[in-house]
Amino acid sequence: MKHRTFFWFFLPTGLAMLLFIAAPIVSVVMQSMFAPHEAVLKTVENCGPFGCQPETTIDQEATRQLRAEQPLGRFVGLDIYIDRGHLAFSEVAAAWRAADGIGDFLSRLGNLPFYRAMAFTLTYTFVVTPLLIVLGLIIALAVNTLHRRLKGLVIFFSLLPMIVTPLVGSLILFWMIDSRGIIGSFIQWAANDPDLSLKASTGLTWIMLIVYGIWHSAPFAFVVFYAGLQTLPQDQLEAARIDGATRWQQVRFVVVPHLMPLVTFVALIQLMDNFRVFEPIVGFNASAHATSLSWIIFNDLGGETRQLSAASATSVMTIIGVAILLSPVLVRTWRDFKGKH
Amino acid sequence: MFLKRLTAASALALAAATGAAACEIEARVSIVGNEFPAIQTVGAGAQECTGAEVTTNLTADHQKINLAGMQGNPAEYTSAIIANSSIVALLNEDVIRPLDDLVAEYGAGLNPNQLVTIDGQIMAVAFMANAQHLVYRKDVLDALGIEPPKTYEEMLAAAEAIRAAGIMENPIGGAYAAGWNLAQEFNNMFLGFGGQHFKPGTAEPNVNSEAGAKALEMMKALSEYMNPDFLTHDSNATNAEYRAGNVALMNMWGSRAATLVTAEGVPQEVVDGFAIAGPMTVGGGDIPASTLWWDGWTVAKNISDAEAEATFIAMMNGIKPALMADDEVASQAVWLIEGYQPTPAAVGVFEAAQAGTIPYPMLPYMGLMHTALGNELADFMQGKESAEQALADVEAAYSAAARENGYLQ
Repeated sequence: MKHRTFFWFFLPTGLAMLLFIAAPIVSVVMQSMFAPHEAVLKTVENCGPFGCQPETTIDQEATRQLRAEQPLGRFVGLDIYIDRGHLAFSEVAAAWRAADGIGDFLSRLGNLPFYRAMAFTLTYTFVVTPLLIVLGLIIALAVNTLHRRLKGLVIFFSLLPMIVTPLVGSLILFWMIDSRGIIGSFIQWAANDPDLSLKASTGLTWIMLIVYGIWHSAPFAFVVFYAGLQTLPQDQLEAARIDGATRWQQVRFVVVPHLMPLVTFVALIQLMDNFRVFEPIVGFNASAHATSLSWIIFNDLGGETRQLSAASATSVMTIIGVAILLSPVLVRTWRDFKGKH
Repeated sequence: MFLKRLTAASALALAAATGAAACEIEARVSIVGNEFPAIQTVGAGAQECTGAEVTTNLTADHQKINLAGMQGNPAEYTSAIIANSSIVALLNEDVIRPLDDLVAEYGAGLNPNQLVTIDGQIMAVAFMANAQHLVYRKDVLDALGIEPPKTYEEMLAAAEAIRAAGIMENPIGGAYAAGWNLAQEFNNMFLGFGGQHFKPGTAEPNVNSEAGAKALEMMKALSEYMNPDFLTHDSNATNAEYRAGNVALMNMWGSRAATLVTAEGVPQEVVDGFAIAGPMTVGGGDIPASTLWWDGWTVAKNISDAEAEATFIAMMNGIKPALMADDEVASQAVWLIEGYQPTPAAVGVFEAAQAGTIPYPMLPYMGLMHTALGNELADFMQGKESAEQALADVEAAYSAAARENGYLQ
C-alpha cells in the first residue's frame, strides 16, 4: 500500500484511538499528579433539626480563589504513588525494619491496601488463567466429537456462563453459597460442621472467587478453541493415526501445537481481564477477604468524599501492571512476527 | 416490589384525595436521591406538579452520582435529596445554593427546625429524622422473662440467654458488612463510649484511643452472637434475617422499622413479636450508642433562577402538610413536617432524640474517616489483628487520604 493511501486509510482509526485511548490515559496520569487544594477551614454556627452547634466547614470564598489561580489543584508529583494507600514506601521500610523473619514481613505487608490487593489479584490471575484455558480446551474437544445435531444445543449451554452478566452470575452464586443456601448447606453437611461458612473464611472466599472466575471465562476460551478446531489439518491427523498415535498423542502433538497461536491470544486477553478482577468482589460482598486494584478505585470513588487523585494513581498503576503482565506474550508475538519477515 | 406498589398506590390515592393539588411550575425539575419509602413519597409528591417536566432518579447509589450531576453548568440535577452526612460532599464542592430568598417567598408552612442553616444561610430543607435503635422480638424475650435491653451489656446477656435456651443459635443481628455499614456501627459504639473522631478543632484523627478499643471489643463480643457471615450483611440482609425469624435483637434504622414486617411471607410469630425501643447505651455512658440523622433536599447552584424556583416549589409540594393525613405515609418516617402525628413506628427515633444522641458529624473530612474505618476494621472483626493495630491502620489510612485532599499538612 502506498504511504499516502495508508495514511488516509488509517486516519479515522488513528483519530479515534487518540481521542478514546490516548487522551483519557494522559488525563488520568495528570490527575494522579495533582491533588485538591489545601482546604481553608472555618468554624461556623450550624443549625438544623437537632439544634445549633459550631462546626468546621470549608471557606468557599477562599477556596474559590485558590481554584481560580490553579484550576488543576496543587502539584504533588509522585507523592500519591508512594503514600500509604498505594506503594507505601515508608510503611514498607518500617515493616522491613520491625519484622522478624520474612513471614512476619509479608503479614505486615498484607496490612497495606495495595499489597493486600496485589496478593489476591496475582493469585487470582495466575490460577484462573491457566485453568480456564485447560477447561476451555477440554470442552472444545468434547463438543467437537459430538454428533452434529447435538452440537448447537450443547454450545448454547456451554456459553451461558459468559452470557450471564458477571454481577448477576456472582449474585446467584453468592446466595447459593450462603450458609443457608443450597451449596453452603451441602458443604456444612459434607464437612460435618454446622458453623462452617464460606463467606466468613478468607481461604474459602478466595477459592470461591477463583472457581467463579474459571466458570465465567471458560466459555470464551471454549469458543475460540472450538473455532480453531474446525481448521485442524486432517491429513496430519490421519498420518498420526496411521503411525499408531493414541488419541492423547494426537491431541498432544497435533491439535495443541495447531491451536498454540489461539492459546496465546486467549492468555493475552484473559491475563488482562483477570488482572482487573472486580465484579465478583462486589457481587460476593467479599471486600473483607479479597480486594483488587479495580476494587480500590471503586472504593476511592464511592465514599462520601471522592478521592479522585488516589483513584487516578491506582488506575495508572493498573495500566502499568497490565503492561508488565502482557510484556512476555507481546515480546513473543513480536519475535514471531519478525521471524516471518 | 410489593412495597413499591404500595407506595405508588398510596401516592395515587393521595393525589386523588387532595384533588391534584395546585402546583404549577414553569421550568424543569430533576431530582436525585436515595430510595427508601419516605423518599419515594417525596419524589412522587414533586412529580404531581404540572407545567414542566419533573424527573426523579431515586437509587441507593445516589451519592455516587449526585455530585457529578451537579458540577456541570447547567447542572443535570436541580435538586439532591441528602442526609446530614452526604450534604457535606455537596457543600465541600460548592454545588448547592442558599435558599433564604426562596424560603421567604415560597416557604410558608415550614417548621423553623426544618431549615438547615450553615453560617447563617439556609442550605437545605429537612423533612425527616432518622436514627438507629433497638428492634427486638417481644415474644422471645417474654418467653424467657427478659426485659428489652437498655444497654449493649444487657443485649449480650439476653443473647446468651436466648442461645442457652436453644431458641436461636445467632440471636443478634447487625449491619456489619465491611465498608460503610461496619464503619457506621463503629461510629455508634465509639460515640457511646464518649469517643471523638478528631482532636478538637483539627482534622487530626483521634480514634486510636481507649474508647476506640472498647468499641471494637464490644462489636467483637456482639459478633459472637451473629450469623457467621456478618461481614457480608448490610441493612437489607440483616432485615431479611429478622424477617426469617433468625434474629431476636438488632440495632436497625428507624426509616426501615415501619416496613420491616410488611413484606410477603414473614412468619406470623415474627409479625406479632415485632417491637421497637430506643437506642442502647454502652459502657455505663448516658449518651446512646447511636447517631441522629436528618434527610432533606437541596437546590443546585449551577441552574437558572427559574429552574431553582420551579425546583423549590415542586419539592415543597413533595413535603406538603396534607401528606400527613395519609396513615400509610405518616408511618413511613419520623417526619419533621407540620401536622405529623407520631406513629408507633416512630418511638425508637423519638427516644433517640430525647436521650441526647449525637448527630452524625457534619465535618468536611468525616467522609474520609468513614471510608478508612470501613476498609480497615474488617481485619479486627475476623480476629486477624488487635484492636490497637486496626485503629492505628484506620488513622494511617485516614491521614494519607486527608493529606491528599488537603485537610492535613
